[in-house]
Amino acid sequence: MTLLGLYNYWIFILLLVVGLYAVLVKGNYVKRMIGLGIFQAAVFLLYITMDKVEGGTGPIMRGVPEPGQLYANPLPQVLILTAIVVGIAVTALGLALAIRIREEYGSIEESDIRRQDQES
Amino acid sequence: MSLAAQFPVLVVVLPLFVAPLLALLANRGNLPWLVAIVTSALTFAMAIALTAQVMQTGVIYYELGNWPVPFGIGLTIGPLSAMMLMIISGASTVALAAGRESMNAEVGEEHQALLYSCWLLAMTGLLGIAVTGDAFNIFVFMEISSLASYVLVANGPKRQALTASFKYLVTGTLGATFYLIGVGYLYMMTGTLNIADMATRLADVSDTLPVMIAGGFVILGVALKAALFPMHAWMPNAYQYAPTPVAIFFAACATKVALFVMLRFQYELFLPNLGPQASFLSSWLIPLCVGGFLVGSAVAMFERDLKRMLGYSSVAQLGYIVLGISLSSSAGVTAAMIHFFNHALIKAALFVAVAGMVLRFGSSNIEQLAGVGKRMPLTTLGFVLAGVSLIGVPLTAGFISKWYLIQAVLELGGLGILLTILILVSSLMAVVYIWKVVEVAYFKEPVDGQSMLGVREAPMPLLVMLWVLVFANIWFGIDPSIPITLAKQEAAGFFGGAR
Repeated sequence: MTLLGLYNYWIFILLLVVGLYAVLVKGNYVKRMIGLGIFQAAVFLLYITMDKVEGGTGPIMRGVPEPGQLYANPLPQVLILTAIVVGIAVTALGLALAIRIREEYGSIEESDIRRQDQES
Repeated sequence: MSLAAQFPVLVVVLPLFVAPLLALLANRGNLPWLVAIVTSALTFAMAIALTAQVMQTGVIYYELGNWPVPFGIGLTIGPLSAMMLMIISGASTVALAAGRESMNAEVGEEHQALLYSCWLLAMTGLLGIAVTGDAFNIFVFMEISSLASYVLVANGPKRQALTASFKYLVTGTLGATFYLIGVGYLYMMTGTLNIADMATRLADVSDTLPVMIAGGFVILGVALKAALFPMHAWMPNAYQYAPTPVAIFFAACATKVALFVMLRFQYELFLPNLGPQASFLSSWLIPLCVGGFLVGSAVAMFERDLKRMLGYSSVAQLGYIVLGISLSSSAGVTAAMIHFFNHALIKAALFVAVAGMVLRFGSSNIEQLAGVGKRMPLTTLGFVLAGVSLIGVPLTAGFISKWYLIQAVLELGGLGILLTILILVSSLMAVVYIWKVVEVAYFKEPVDGQSMLGVREAPMPLLVMLWVLVFANIWFGIDPSIPITLAKQEAAGFFGGAR
């Protein structure tokens, strides 16, 4: 029960490892950016999960709250909104670099590029 | 309220606001450069004023928008933050002043306005990390500076700059994300993001697993950002292919800011609260530092490209700084902070000299620089003197660093003697790679005499900046009171009271 009950955290770990694997192992620059995206999404999930308060509702006040009413913590959501924006900026810049690399080398495979650099 | 009271926030906000305006000044000749250097110089002036204030009255606290800490974001400028502010804004000013002709030679005019805009954004991020007292704020500023840095590196003159920048982007993002995970765990356990507030609340939960995992993730994240061995692969690449003025700027301060974050977390949060676990974490860093300065110096001896050689030399020098941090002693952290300052002076001087040589020779390959000593005597002499400081010869700033580091290391007893020997071995390797340049510069005949005829001395602003830095190296080697006072003040803050 407790193990399955923490499934959000299991997904966090799974995404983290899948993303890291793609970043470290794949030689294709676009695939690496995809891996980086998955890796960052894992952390977004971690932050979203930690703001849950058991029995709490969304942190929005409607009229006078009932006594004892619990709310989820809104701060991590705000934080991760910032981190998502940062993530988008990184992805955009990374893909832009991939396009420029393709223009210069005609390839986005790391092995190809390394060979071309050694030849020149 | 006087303007000076707002310096802690202005120092960050000024470059942040000027940066987008600069982007509008495309194709206006020297105007973007002029705006950038004036902004940078004003920031440097504010940093000096703040440092003077910190030295007189102690730590400055500033509450953004008058929201009381920990609800609002607080800025904290201690002695070390003040020193970082001076290093960052000073390095930026020097690099801009010395690098104008290099920039004109390496980057097309139509891109320059945008590039200087990114330059100021990178500076904003680095300065922000130095002043903020909020752990999440550090992440945001880290990414502002990193995103701008990727763009700066990618604009280098060769196409390899693109792949170097991509590698830097992947590594940098991994580092920042690991840091973010660490901060997430700390927030889970303490419910606060303000570092000072976190330090008091950590005491209650210091033995829990998430806090220790957080420590690991934070240190790993900033170690990636700081190019600590063996995570340094991106750095020599980035230094080699970035436009030369950018290399001057980054070599002096970019990775040091990540180490500054490591130092703050280690000494403000983990050591006072986690005790044995934190010492375990830092003892795990010692082999990495030793590997860093031995491998870094050894690879530098065999590098054929001057900028790349200095990049590996930086890997070694960062190893010394982290060694100081990982000693977990007052003397160790003082040595690390002194080397922050001195290494910035040394590497900035070396890279300014290299910028001059690259500008006149069009290459940073050491073999092709034969005869540079005769053609550009002032630049080469400046390089050699800065190199002497890098090695750590007495009467130079580098010696002060090594002296304090070795004293701190010797407190460890037997292990300390071994570490001292290894530091000396690494210094000897520095002699070898600096000598390699001296030999080519002064004693080798140029392969092709004709091509040398057009080579002149480096432009005047570059020479002035180079010699200012060289004199600073000698000045702070003879009278190192400013960095030492700041470092001791900060160390006293860490170890005051309980210890």
